[in-house]
Amino acid sequence: MLSKLIPVPSSGLLTERDIDKSPILECINLGITFGGLKAVENFNITIGRTEISGLIGPNGAGKTTIFNLLTKVYQPTTGTVLLDGKDTHGMNTMQVNRAGIARTFQNIRLFTNMSVEDNVKCAMDASLRCSMAGSILRLPGFFREEKAAHDRAMELLEIFGMQDLADAKAGSLPYGAQRRLEIARALATNPSLLLLDEPAAGMNPSETAELMETIRKIRDTFQIAVLLIEHDMSLVMNICEGIAVLNFGRVIAKGTPEEIQSNPMVIEAYLGKQKGA
Amino acid sequence: MTKRKKRSLKKTTVVDFATYLGVTVLFVVMYSLQSSGSLTRSLSGLLIPICCYMSMAVSLNLTVGILGELSLGHAGFMSVGAFSGIIAAMSLQDAIPSAGLRLAIAMVVGAIFAAIVGFLVGAPVLRLQGDYLAIVTLAFGEIIKELMNCLIVGVDERGMHLLFNLTGSKTADDLHLSETGTAIIKGAQGAVGIKTISTFTAGFVLVMVTLFVVLNLVRSRQGRAIMAIRDNEIAAQSIGLHVTSYKLMAFVTSAALAGAAGALYGLNYSSLQATKFNFNTSILILVFVVLGGLGNIWGSLVAAAALTILPEALRGMDDLRMLIYSIVLILVMLATNAPSMKAFFSRVQAAFGKKSHEGGKGNAV
Repeated sequence: MLSKLIPVPSSGLLTERDIDKSPILECINLGITFGGLKAVENFNITIGRTEISGLIGPNGAGKTTIFNLLTKVYQPTTGTVLLDGKDTHGMNTMQVNRAGIARTFQNIRLFTNMSVEDNVKCAMDASLRCSMAGSILRLPGFFREEKAAHDRAMELLEIFGMQDLADAKAGSLPYGAQRRLEIARALATNPSLLLLDEPAAGMNPSETAELMETIRKIRDTFQIAVLLIEHDMSLVMNICEGIAVLNFGRVIAKGTPEEIQSNPMVIEAYLGKQKGA
Repeated sequence: MTKRKKRSLKKTTVVDFATYLGVTVLFVVMYSLQSSGSLTRSLSGLLIPICCYMSMAVSLNLTVGILGELSLGHAGFMSVGAFSGIIAAMSLQDAIPSAGLRLAIAMVVGAIFAAIVGFLVGAPVLRLQGDYLAIVTLAFGEIIKELMNCLIVGVDERGMHLLFNLTGSKTADDLHLSETGTAIIKGAQGAVGIKTISTFTAGFVLVMVTLFVVLNLVRSRQGRAIMAIRDNEIAAQSIGLHVTSYKLMAFVTSAALAGAAGALYGLNYSSLQATKFNFNTSILILVFVVLGGLGNIWGSLVAAAALTILPEALRGMDDLRMLIYSIVLILVMLATNAPSMKAFFSRVQAAFGKKSHEGGKGNAV
């Protein structure tokens, strides 16, 4: 059997929570090579339905590459990604999103010239039905749907305390707000797995603490799984129930935050080998 | 929260409404001036072309400003619309006596054919990222021009006859039309003997329909998706937007509107050559869009009208005409891009925003 991120022994309640259900994501021997470079090799992971897990590792370890593999920005050269038990082979980025994976980006990719509300609303496209003719002719269904989309966008923005910024241009927001808006936009696609690429980058400690609360709140409210890449260890160790450590494209350790913190391989990857050891 | 919503709805609706109203007022003024005979001959002859160019500019703005793809062949779609519209109007001359109805049918036919051609051009190219659409539409404009130069079409009681004069040896006589038949398009001579049925009112309706389609499309889920693709294609894919189909939707809509404008334009002249719709015309329309501001619909309208009238107004200056025209273009570009002007515009915008906020109190400055 695959080495698993769950069950998580340290938090018994959570184990109970997810153990009976099939995992939301399973990666089996996932790998990609760019020319001769093996960017990711033999990546195996299993993520529970409502689990918050972390992916850490030094710069260039291949963390973002894994996100790009999961969302099919790159097609994997080897291995399988099972999303809710279904193979995602042959899907493109759009189809993977509609199947249930939403993500944010390390270098923020918002629709900078659109309003905050529109940024969230356009992520609801898959759940809106109004046809092009209906939109142009403003058929009755159009207004009903727009109203529903507006209400839902406001609900999502409220989670992030951004309801007052709904009319602001996304590109004019401060950095922290842009990161939060990206998460709100990803949530608007109704994902079952949320991938966050360095969500706390550029945030100060109090903003980071707030973000941690928000991520927990998202998981509890929407009952979804979260996989995050983060360099801020206080965040990772605080909210992640399972952690995988990546170095040179390979998983070097997996386990609970406590196990990871005391793992000599991890310490070596981050701090280098001790002389004479 | 309900208050906010009302205001944000209002903001876009107010701009749209002002655009519709402005066009309507302008039409009423020009129409009454024209019927009272106080317009000069050259200006009154420009009214229909101005409507066509306005519609062309707004539709190109959908591709260039809203979708963010550069198209250098918009005149090609105008050409397709013009010639298919002329053929439709001329062949229905006996069947439908009402000129207005014939014009409407011609414009719809022009729009349909331009949309089909737009789909054929866009479907393969819009799958790619980068400037490929600009390259392909540039070539498309030239190809359409050459194809239309080879086209010979005639109609008689047996139906429509179509011939491609690819070798240069064929003439309208090779259609073997019966006594009652007429040749509509005669190759390089273009369409001749067109019954001019275009009216200023039809031009006004065309502009209003174009505005209605483009503005309503932009303010819908489709429009949001199209603008999202413009702003960031990778992010658009990651939130589950079907990038190619939305790009095609915008591009084909833009082509169809250009086709309708082309039909109106074609039926405004008694003869029309394919060379009219050359690269220069495509660039002219692009200049309207860029000058009016990318994504700015009413800007396109103003630029199209002003830049169509300007060369005519300067006609008295003979050789200096094009010189002054280009200097005006450069000055407008410089002025609208100058930091001080930008600051001024944002102040104006802020003042307007304030007004609508405090409108209820009645003490807005």
